[in-house]
Amino acid sequence: MKRFATILVLGLAAAAAQAQVSVKDPWVRATTPKQKATGAFMRLEAGEEARLVGAASPVAGVVELHEMVQEGDVMKMRAVPAIAIPAGRGAELKPGGYHVMLMELKSQLKEGETVPITLTVESKDGRRQTLEVRAPVRALRHAPGEGAMKKHGH
Amino acid sequence: MAKFLALLVFLVLAACQPQGARFHGTDVTGVAWGRELQLADPEGRVRTLAEFRGKAVLLFFGFVHCPDVCPTALARAAEAKRLLGADGARLQVIFVTLDPERDSAELLREYTAAFDPEFLALRGSAEETRRAAQEFRVFYEKVPTGSSYTVNHSTTTYVFDPAGRLRLAHSHALGAEQVAADLRLLLAQRY
Repeated sequence: MKRFATILVLGLAAAAAQAQVSVKDPWVRATTPKQKATGAFMRLEAGEEARLVGAASPVAGVVELHEMVQEGDVMKMRAVPAIAIPAGRGAELKPGGYHVMLMELKSQLKEGETVPITLTVESKDGRRQTLEVRAPVRALRHAPGEGAMKKHGH
Repeated sequence: MAKFLALLVFLVLAACQPQGARFHGTDVTGVAWGRELQLADPEGRVRTLAEFRGKAVLLFFGFVHCPDVCPTALARAAEAKRLLGADGARLQVIFVTLDPERDSAELLREYTAAFDPEFLALRGSAEETRRAAQEFRVFYEKVPTGSSYTVNHSTTTYVFDPAGRLRLAHSHALGAEQVAADLRLLLAQRY
């Protein structure tokens, strides 16, 4: 019985570690038929400090983590090895900041479809876990409801 | 007399008010650049700014495989056009590709149409693109990323008044309401 209790506790601890990082409001920008790349955006939350270290999706041949950096009037995009997810504060993947770049798309992504994305996150002690995300595809002209770009009801 | 003085003070102050003060964008009226644009549309016809006299023009340089800045800028232009209501018909949005290598005429046509069927895409050879960018002080550079490349570029949208003069530079940070407000002033010729 005692052994069973130990196993149960270990099981619970593992479940808690699994639940460390959560994904909110994921979305992917729609593409036109011939477009071969687009971005995925979302909010990542973590109970304990973690890092997003990779992403994969069956819709894309290549998936990278990118960061946009405004330098004067020029917006620069660069691949980053990881995106920090501070405990409590979380990480925002949104236009003008980070995104998951989906490249070599295998087909057009149409508004209303859902894109599966597998995220790999790493906890502070180096343990990795994967998260399955189902991101809805939003219109190419979709502007996230934030700040001055806020959409107004029709 | 006091009334007259007050009026005089008011008039002097009004005259001293910088012209661009009411615009959200940066007033670039009268600069010696950004005067000419001559590139082909997706049907292969050469288009120039002169043909849009009577309309305000929003001019943006970008590329189709741009995940973030370009769709945001074009979505802002589409929203600004919607905010203008009936006056939206007096706005021409032009998207010039900085990546003619990948952005075929067909790709450009379907891309701009996804934002608004009236938006115009323009494309030149590598050399024509370089010259157009230079004319508008647009910086761009091809940067390798993984197995492909991206294009880092200026994010400014240029605004022409209905007389065809370059008037404003809109930063990427401005919202659709601010863009629409500037366009309303230019279309009403209240400047």
